[in-house]
Order: sequence, then structure tokens, then C-alpha cells
Amino acid sequence: MATLEHTESPGHGTEDGVRRRDFINIAAVSFPVAGAAAILVPLINQMNPSADVLALASIEVDLSAIKEGQAIKTIFRKQPLFVRHLTAAEIADADKVDVTTLRDPQTLEQRTSAGKKQWLITMGVCTHLGCVPLGAGEGENRGEFGGYFCPCHGSSYDTAARIRKGPAPKNLEVPKYAFKSDTVVAVG
Amino acid sequence: MSFPWANQYAPKNPFMKWMDERLPLPRLVYNAVGAGYPVPRNLNYFWNFGVLAGAALGIQIITGIILAMHYAANGAIAFDSVEHIMRDVNSGWMLRYAHATGASFFFIVVYLHIFRGLYYGSYKAPREMVWLLGLVIYLLMMATGFMGYVLPWGQMSFWGAKVITGLFSAIPVVGTPIQTWLLGGFAPDNAALNRFFSLHYLLPFVIAGVIILHIWALHIPGSSNPTGIEVKGPQDTLPFHPYYTAKDGFGLGVFLILYTLVLFYAPNALGHPDNYIPANPLSTPAHIVPEWYYWPFYAILRAFTSDFILPAKLWGVLAMFSAILLLFILPWLDKSPVRSGNYRPAFKKFFWLLVADVLVLGYCGGSPAEEPYVMISQLAAAYYFAHFLIILPIVSRMERPLPLPNSITEAVLEKHGEATA
Ligand code: HEM
Ligand code: FES
Repeated sequence: MATLEHTESPGHGTEDGVRRRDFINIAAVSFPVAGAAAILVPLINQMNPSADVLALASIEVDLSAIKEGQAIKTIFRKQPLFVRHLTAAEIADADKVDVTTLRDPQTLEQRTSAGKKQWLITMGVCTHLGCVPLGAGEGENRGEFGGYFCPCHGSSYDTAARIRKGPAPKNLEVPKYAFKSDTVVAVG
Repeated sequence: MSFPWANQYAPKNPFMKWMDERLPLPRLVYNAVGAGYPVPRNLNYFWNFGVLAGAALGIQIITGIILAMHYAANGAIAFDSVEHIMRDVNSGWMLRYAHATGASFFFIVVYLHIFRGLYYGSYKAPREMVWLLGLVIYLLMMATGFMGYVLPWGQMSFWGAKVITGLFSAIPVVGTPIQTWLLGGFAPDNAALNRFFSLHYLLPFVIAGVIILHIWALHIPGSSNPTGIEVKGPQDTLPFHPYYTAKDGFGLGVFLILYTLVLFYAPNALGHPDNYIPANPLSTPAHIVPEWYYWPFYAILRAFTSDFILPAKLWGVLAMFSAILLLFILPWLDKSPVRSGNYRPAFKKFFWLLVADVLVLGYCGGSPAEEPYVMISQLAAAYYFAHFLIILPIVSRMERPLPLPNSITEAVLEKHGEATA
């Protein structure tokens, strides 16, 4: 091995000019780089939600006590969930809007369960920077469009919880849910 | 690196000689902040703020390490452990107030330090690296202060964490996974609180490391001065010790008086009362505001209210980060060869307009997101960018500077003559 080195002179390597020593250099550097990159994966991934956080309980909500025009706040995945019983007037308001003019075009129909247009179930998390909008509690400010109003940076949502004004880019998120009966809904 | 006429370190004491041959730490100190470092003789009090920022960091590290001895980074008891510090720990109330007020004073002196640099053109060649490292320190301070404010786990802590990590969710596609990754969950909780504590403990020491680089870079050309002209000879400088150790010592005394006045008489004046309400994920405070030192940037964030190609939210986030990142290219935006604002009549006017603009932004950032504040923030944010990207490059080309003195000494003598005449 050592004698080989002596006889080698520049440009005297393989056909394409790559010498044995260059190859060893590249291999010696790339091997630890690949190793270091592999080690980075767990170092970064440890910051993602842990198993207990991910073990999301799905919840059941009893709708029987929510009167027309009322809304409740509950907790789903450690975040607020709004369940709102829309009045006929609120449904009419939401249907009146020309969907094409909306920032995040969706109809009330698409945002509710089939035949259950009066039950508007959304996350209570403003799509701007995550505040809890007002409007689900008794007597809270529902904003210009009668739905929800986020006090943080002034986003207004309508009666289908669609974004109408302010900095938020999207409608309030509708989580996955299913009606188990007329008065019980399972979220998650 | 220093001027050739700098005093030479010459240990007299045999122990110091022995030490110098083995670990020349005293030599390093002598050359960095002792009689071996020649400094322009005409520095004014605006040159005190670097040392004051260092003192403020020292106060934060000492009080912080003590708080960490009594604090518990667990969502269930964090708030109570801070109340425990306030009520039960011996002198705990004082140490906590010293840390919270200390953070505000740290930012006050750093802002004055930064605006000193802006006015006197300290960011220009050959001190660009000093300026860039200073901005890195500033970014690290913002991160440290933000994570520290989350630790007491009050309402503003919780919602501040939610809103600030929510900034990342504006990034297309990967935004929400990044936010979840930062928080270790879907909303701020134990995982977030723990990692914020870990990083809040670490970053001040990273800051201390970058400060060493900042001073190293500074000591290569040496300090600038209010005239902005170069040192020409030994008559232009004085040794750092005892001249500037004395001046900085005096400044430190004034700083400590002001700091302790707030600490003992108005410790909550700079904080938000809502942070004395325990964190509640179901109820957003009516009006979320970060600590006062982020207000100008918060106003820029909120200034974007309608979509234009990109969503309004993304614009706000981009603008807020650019407002700081812009300062990284400042040395190349201002082409004027004259450093000091004292000799730049047009620049000087725009400098004060910028100061006023940043104060207006700060005021709007601390106010609710309503009219007229939104509109004022929009105008002020536009002006902020215009100042750096349009006004400064144009002014630096068009302006006719006043005649510069021939040397620092000449400027000093001239001023002295005027003062006594
Ligand atoms: C760059 C320097 C630092 C800054 C700007 C800073 C800033 C802050 C701020 C704004 C708070 C919230 C105060 C409140 O409202 O109660 C805080 C809390 C805290 N900091 Fe720091 N800090 C710094 C360095 C440190 C260091 C070195 C430690 C050492 C571990 C530390 C430990 C703590 C602890 C335990 C708390 C929670 C207790 C409390 O809320 O009073 N900090 N910090
Ligand atoms: S978080 Fe709702 S408007 Fe910003």
C-alpha cells in the first residue's frame, strides 16, 4: 500500500482523472456526513408531538341542551371546539352569500352534516394566529357578520364560520365528526 | 489588533509574569478593556450603551439562574411556582421583579445602542461585521425574551406562545407541521413549556458567546466616534482604562438608579396585568399584546389585512421578519462615505423621522387591532420600508455633507473653543 503511493504522480490515476486518494477523501467525508444526517433525524423528531399527545381521545357532545341561537365551547385535542345551533335567520344569512366572492369559498351545506344544516361544528381556533374567537359564549361580540369575532387582530367570521373580514386566511376548521343520534355527535 | 502606540502589557509582579507565560488571560483583558486598548478621545455618552447591555445580560443571567432554582417548568404548577417565588422564597419577589424589569431595561439599552449605530453610521465599513453580529444578538434576545415570557404560564404567556408560533403556520404547505413541531402538540402545553425553559436557559449563554465575537470584530478597527472620522495618531486616543472605565462606571451608576427605581416602585408598569391570570386555553384575553419591546414589529405584522396574490397573513409575517432582516443589508444600502449624522444634514432629518416612525409603530402595536391604529400602522410600516429601501440609498447619493474636521483632536479642540467662547 505505502509503496503504491510513491509511484503515483498527479494525473496518473484512473481514466477519468479520479485518483485513489481523492476517492478515499470523498468517501471519508461523505460517510460521516451521512451518519450525522441520520443522527439528526431523531434529534429533530423528538420535538414532534409525543405518543401521549397524539393519543387523541375523540369526544361526544350532547346537543339536547343547546337551544336555537345558542352555542357551546368544549375541548377537543386540547383546543376549543364550537358547537352552534343556528337560527333560521342565520342559516338564511349564510345561504344568501355569493360563494364566489369569499376568500375561502364554501357553502354552509359543505360545512355541515347532510340534513343537519342547523348544527355548525367548528374548531374555536382563529385561522390567523390561533386565538379563540368570541361569539360562542352568551353575550359575546359576534362581529360584523354575526358569526364569530376574533379580538386578536380583528377577523370576522359569518354565521357559517367563514372568514369575511380581517387577516385570517381560512374559514374556521370543521373537524371530522358523525351524528350518533339526533342529539349526540362524536367528534374525532 | 490595535494601534501601534497602544500601551504594552508588562507584568511587574513575578506571579503575573509566571501566569503570562502560561495562560495570558490578564494580557487579553489588558488589551481588550484595559490600558492597552486605545479609544477615540471624543466618545459621548451614547457609547456607554454597549457596556450597559453587557451589564444587563449579567443581571439577567444571575437573577435567571436563581429563579431557575425555584421555578418548575410544568404546565400544572408553573404559574403556582412563580407565585411561590413571589410569596414564599426569601427575597423571591425582588429577584423575579429584577429579572422581569431587567429584561425591559436590557431592551431599552440595546435599542439606544442600535439607534446610536444608525445615527453615527457605525454599521459602515470597516465595521459591517460588528453590526451584523449585533443584529444576531438582537434576534437571539428577542427569542430569549419571548420564551422567558411564556414561563410564568399566565394568560399572556399562553396566548403569546400561541400567536407567535402561529406565525410559522403562515408558511405555505409546511407551516402547520412546523408549528406543531415547535410546540410538540397542537396547542401550547407541557411539551412547549419545557422546551422553552430549556432554550431560555441556553440562549443567554449563546448571546454571551456572540458578544465575544462582536467585541473581537470591533477591536480590529477599534471604536468609531461621534465625528465618524478615523483615528490619525496617538493624540486622537486615550487608553480605555482608566478613562472609559470611569465614564462607563458613571453611566452604569445612572443606569442602575433608573433600573432600581422601576424595580422597587413600579415593577409591574412594563408588564401586562393579564399575565397574573393562569393560562386558560379556552379563553383568549380581549387584547393580546406581546411585551412592549416587540410592539413595532407586532404593528407591522397586523398591518396587512387583505390578500394580494399571497394571503394577508403570509404578507404580515414576511413583512415583520423583513423589517428586521432588512437591517442586515443596511451597510450596503447607505452608500454615503460620511459616517456620522452630525455632518449629514438631510440624513439627520430622515433619521429623526425614522425614530418617530418606529415610536408610532410601537404605539400602534400596543393598541387594539382597530381603526385608526390599523391604518396608522399601514402608513408607518410603509414608511419604515421606504426609509431603508428608497430614502436612504437616494439621500446617500444626493446629499452634500458638511465639511469634516481634519482630525478628531481638531474637532475636540474646536468644540471646546466654542464652548468657552
Ligand atoms: C438574555 C437574557 C434574558 C432575558 C431577556 C430574559 C427574559 C425573561 C422574561 C421576559 C421573563 C418573564 C418574566 C415575567 O414576566 O415573570 C423571564 C422569566 C424567566 N427567566 Fe429569563 N431572561 C434572560 C436570561 C435568563 C437566564 C440566563 C435564566 C437562567 C436559567 C433565566 C431564567 C428564567 C426563569 C426561571 C423565568 C421564569 C420565572 C419568572 O417568570 O419570573 N432567564 N425571562
Ligand atoms: S388570531 Fe384571530 S385575527 Fe389574528
